[in-house]
Amino acid sequence: MQTHKAKRVDITIEKIMLSRLTDAIEKADVSGYSILPVFGGSGRSGAWTREDNIGRGDGMVQVVCIIKPGRLDALLDSAFEVVDRHIGVVTITDCEVLRAERF
Amino acid sequence: MDVFSLAAETLVTPIVLSFVLGLFAALVRSDLSIPEAVAKGMSLYLLFAIGFKGGVSLADHGNELTLGLTLLAGVLLSAIIPFVAYAVLRLMSGLNALDAAAVAGHYGSISIVTFVASTSVLESQGIMYDGYMVAVAAAMEAPAILSALWLVTRTKGGGTMEPGLWREIMLNGSIVLLIGAFLIGMITGEDGLKEIAPLVIAPFKGVLCLFLLDMGIIAGRGLRKGRGVLDAGAIAFGIVMPMIGAIFGLGAAVLLGIPLGSALLLMVLSASASYIAVPAAMRVALPEANQSVYLTLSLGVTFPFNLVIGIPLYLALATVAIGG
Repeated sequence: MQTHKAKRVDITIEKIMLSRLTDAIEKADVSGYSILPVFGGSGRSGAWTREDNIGRGDGMVQVVCIIKPGRLDALLDSAFEVVDRHIGVVTITDCEVLRAERF
Repeated sequence: MDVFSLAAETLVTPIVLSFVLGLFAALVRSDLSIPEAVAKGMSLYLLFAIGFKGGVSLADHGNELTLGLTLLAGVLLSAIIPFVAYAVLRLMSGLNALDAAAVAGHYGSISIVTFVASTSVLESQGIMYDGYMVAVAAAMEAPAILSALWLVTRTKGGGTMEPGLWREIMLNGSIVLLIGAFLIGMITGEDGLKEIAPLVIAPFKGVLCLFLLDMGIIAGRGLRKGRGVLDAGAIAFGIVMPMIGAIFGLGAAVLLGIPLGSALLLMVLSASASYIAVPAAMRVALPEANQSVYLTLSLGVTFPFNLVIGIPLYLALATVAIGG
């Protein structure tokens, strides 16, 4: 089957920053993304789980974007303005999609 | 009844003991936990019930001048206490200016759960309080955040108050529900209360017990995780600062001439530290500040102190100063 090259960007960020990040992603003309809950983890601030959350901004979420390679720089520039000062992880991986016109 | 037996009596209640149970469970690493959605539901229920009852009370015994003055006092206390907290913290601990300012913001703001627990103590003691104190609680959430950001700007620069953040603070779900329920209670009055009394009155204390069980678990886990994050001076600050805040609250209450129950609530609001609204604001505005420090202090040290020792202590103080 014919496949097409794409980039997958995973941004794990504090939940409180989510709306700012999705605004930035949309500002880069990327309209498709998925938001996944993060149940817990461990980092420089130690281990945590969602069960310990009491506030609306507690915890982390992961935003996944799959885009055409040519749109990567614009997305990263826009997203970096939001994530720059905050804890989180940004990863970029090569992937392939079946329907290129959707990205 | 003397003030000491009054204070002792408030310690042995299902509410305080439920919290202690949760704290114990977390400290001994029991797997006891309250599902996230259940805790969220209980929180919504408690905010609605306390807001509604406050509104009904104001509808029946409204005093606009006292309400306005107490609101103003609450806003001023919330704005001023962070400066005191910052100075005390810098004196007592080795925290840097940024972390100290972030912590200070938490101590100017309030813990609505401590407030709710205090109303329950007052009701169990048959002490009346003014319904408008709910509005005072809501008004005291945000000014402290501005003070903390000003402290950061003054000391080292940084700390941004973007317009979106301001909207999020002022219109966060808890504030909207609390004030909304307060207004519904004020508009519908006693007739409205009669219609929904089985929901907002009868189960209130039982739900509060379960909610505080959950808070005990979270506070205990926070204490466990926060071990090593705080030095002895910072931990001492978490106990001393609420008492300083309570004295500020008592001073304001005496100046305003408000009755004992409301005075205790103003003391509790001044003594408590935020662990919901302010941490969220600090994560956006001051991401470089260490959240383990301010969360462990407000939730792991000050919240348990206020709930178990502070409330009865403040009640005893207020009884001496104002009379019961």
